Amino acid sequence: MSWTRKILRVNLTKGSCTSEALNMDWAKEYLGQRGLASKYLTEEVDPKCDPLSAENKMIMATGPLTGTMASTAGRYSVITKGPLTGAIACSNSGGYFGAELKFAGWDMIIFEGKSDKPVYLNIQDDKAELCDGSHIWGKSAWETDDILHATYQDPQMRIACIGRTAEAGCLYAGVINDKHRAAGRSGVGTVMASKNLKAVTVRGTQGIGNIDNADSFFESTDAGKAVLAENAVTGQGLPAFGTQVLMNVINGVGGLPAHNMRDVGFAGAENISAEAMAEPRKSDGKPNLTTNAACFGCTIACGRISTIDKTHFSVKDKPQYHGASGGLEYEAAWALGADTGIDDLDALTYVNFLCNEDGFDPITFGSTVAAAMEMFEDGAITTEDTGGIELKFGSVEAFVAVTELLVTGEGFGKDLGLGSKRLCEKYGRPELSMTVKGQEFPAYDPRGIQGIGLNYATSNRGACHLRGYTIASEILGIPVKTEQTDTDGKPELVKAFQDATAVVDSAGLCIFTTFAWGMDNIAPQIDAACEGDWSVDNCLEVGERIWNMERLFNQAAGFTANDDKLHKRLLEEAIKSGPTEGQVNRLGEMLPKYYEIRGWSPEGEPTAETRQRLSL
Amino acid sequence: MQKSLNIDPGKCTGCLQCEMACSYEHTGTFNPSRSYIKVFTFHYEGRFAPYTCTQCDEAWCQRACPVDAISVDMMTGAKVISDDKCVGCKVCTIACPFGTVNYSQATGKVVKCDLCGGDPQCAAACPTDAITYVDADWTGYDKMMASASKSLPSAEVTA
Repeated sequence: MSWTRKILRVNLTKGSCTSEALNMDWAKEYLGQRGLASKYLTEEVDPKCDPLSAENKMIMATGPLTGTMASTAGRYSVITKGPLTGAIACSNSGGYFGAELKFAGWDMIIFEGKSDKPVYLNIQDDKAELCDGSHIWGKSAWETDDILHATYQDPQMRIACIGRTAEAGCLYAGVINDKHRAAGRSGVGTVMASKNLKAVTVRGTQGIGNIDNADSFFESTDAGKAVLAENAVTGQGLPAFGTQVLMNVINGVGGLPAHNMRDVGFAGAENISAEAMAEPRKSDGKPNLTTNAACFGCTIACGRISTIDKTHFSVKDKPQYHGASGGLEYEAAWALGADTGIDDLDALTYVNFLCNEDGFDPITFGSTVAAAMEMFEDGAITTEDTGGIELKFGSVEAFVAVTELLVTGEGFGKDLGLGSKRLCEKYGRPELSMTVKGQEFPAYDPRGIQGIGLNYATSNRGACHLRGYTIASEILGIPVKTEQTDTDGKPELVKAFQDATAVVDSAGLCIFTTFAWGMDNIAPQIDAACEGDWSVDNCLEVGERIWNMERLFNQAAGFTANDDKLHKRLLEEAIKSGPTEGQVNRLGEMLPKYYEIRGWSPEGEPTAETRQRLSL
Repeated sequence: MQKSLNIDPGKCTGCLQCEMACSYEHTGTFNPSRSYIKVFTFHYEGRFAPYTCTQCDEAWCQRACPVDAISVDMMTGAKVISDDKCVGCKVCTIACPFGTVNYSQATGKVVKCDLCGGDPQCAAACPTDAITYVDADWTGYDKMMASASKSLPSAEVTA
């Protein structure tokens, strides 16, 4: 089985916590985590609701493999209607929280309604209660974690919480667990704040003992671990360099956007790369990177644990930032760095620490600052708006200053908390927001890499690389190399990656395993752990079902084919120099074919036949 | 040949595969809260440290036990708790200088590492060799070799 078969339903309006049985019919169709929680969301929430109203619900969900010995099986997701996009949001996180929730005996927690005062949820195995959270409201995620650990005197307790940024109404606040892992994108933390829910503390001592077929489970998970260990990316590249291994690679192939995606290629890329993180610095002879670290159950261990140079201006008089914490990953280093034109590794690490400390999405934040910088450059934003800050591309001091404002939503920080779409509309330059469905692009330029552009345009949570990471194929040649500037075959590639990713997420595994694992490695692990048919074919059908279900939710929320588009800059302004010079994204060559192979109408709507085939 | 668990905290990534393997071996569940080996995280220092019983030759726990519930596994040298004899008095947990014998609310007995009868599952599960099971006479071998390599005049060392 592997599901605990129990859901905790928390009604914040009434202050009640109740246990109910997991709908096993749905579990067989949607697996777990992202898929299954999205099913509950679509059944229980009006797609047209205001994401920050009591009508919206927020679900914390584990997968059937979460908390088992399968490699990387510690993940959980936060599923809700997102305030940044108005689309379905699902943000995935590692660390230890998800597994602990499972050990306490819960597949998921459904939060509904809204508390009239700040509260937190305390779970000790079967027992769950809402507690007064007024003393932690207004505290950072780090402080909240420390206070709650001190309250319960239990170092093994795991905590997921929001920081001050969410409380201040920033539309892209995340949920932080274990101090530096994040359900980071789409503003899931903002929804949590809107419910007056500050934190979830969990301690589980029940464990998971109901593996369906233990012998074949160990056989398939041991085989999977061996594949990860022997693969160059998951066995060597990721543990040594983390996702930051990509900085120089992507810059080298003409795929690294810079300066609010005005340019491709960033001269300072090397200074903020994995290689730079390993270089001893002058002040104390230590490198930025302290060690690599794993999330629960992960045998890859790509996580970065870093320190900031204590003599750097950003932290000189702030000893609370002198210790080690979660360091720069590639997406953050790109958005905070290349996109803003900043190549100061310590400044970026400091801003990244603030993202962890108070819970906000570095991708959307960096891109929003980049849009503000472009508007500042052409005069749409002035020092009158910024409170005197000269917000120029490449200005480290200005960047640090606006980040500190964002945390508490003071002054111009309030504007930056809107995200780039609303910010650019407010200042009269909507065309400068680099977003799809209101969410900012990650670190791969869709002009230089065609397939990822189609994935961004069609991603159900707005622009996102983690919905269909075609970079694996288009740049790294995994599982097969496709030409990055070709559009042929890309609709098929995008669909295959999107469907497979939905399965990986829904199982409770990490998507980084797919650098080495195919569905033929993954399905047997699910099949051994769970009752029912989890063959490769069935898994992929479940993935496709999940994708279409998310699409239908968005459709009901008001999204149309008109929202599956890329920014004009990416379709018309050719790359000016470098290996991909002259390229634009040719979305028009790919999108109709994509709709066709998805079984959608030319208007991008799943046809009756497709819905029937997928039991939707 | 007697073997010992050898722990190199510098190699630990904090994945807790050892805790899952240990708990599965002893309780049939993936359940870190019932693991006999614990990985401690020192967040501010960016360090992880797996920790468990070292199987002292003259074991404090064994000496302290008033009901002779702790015996030596003659094959492995492990100090093993007999659940039939243990009365859950917890005196051994006080006697152990390292804190590696602990009371379990789930069973009403004390629990500690028993080396899994000679095939410690924590070592088998560790993906980074932070936990290995080696000749008891040579637990310092890797460190000794690393240290010896530094004494060489040239840097050309292959292990």
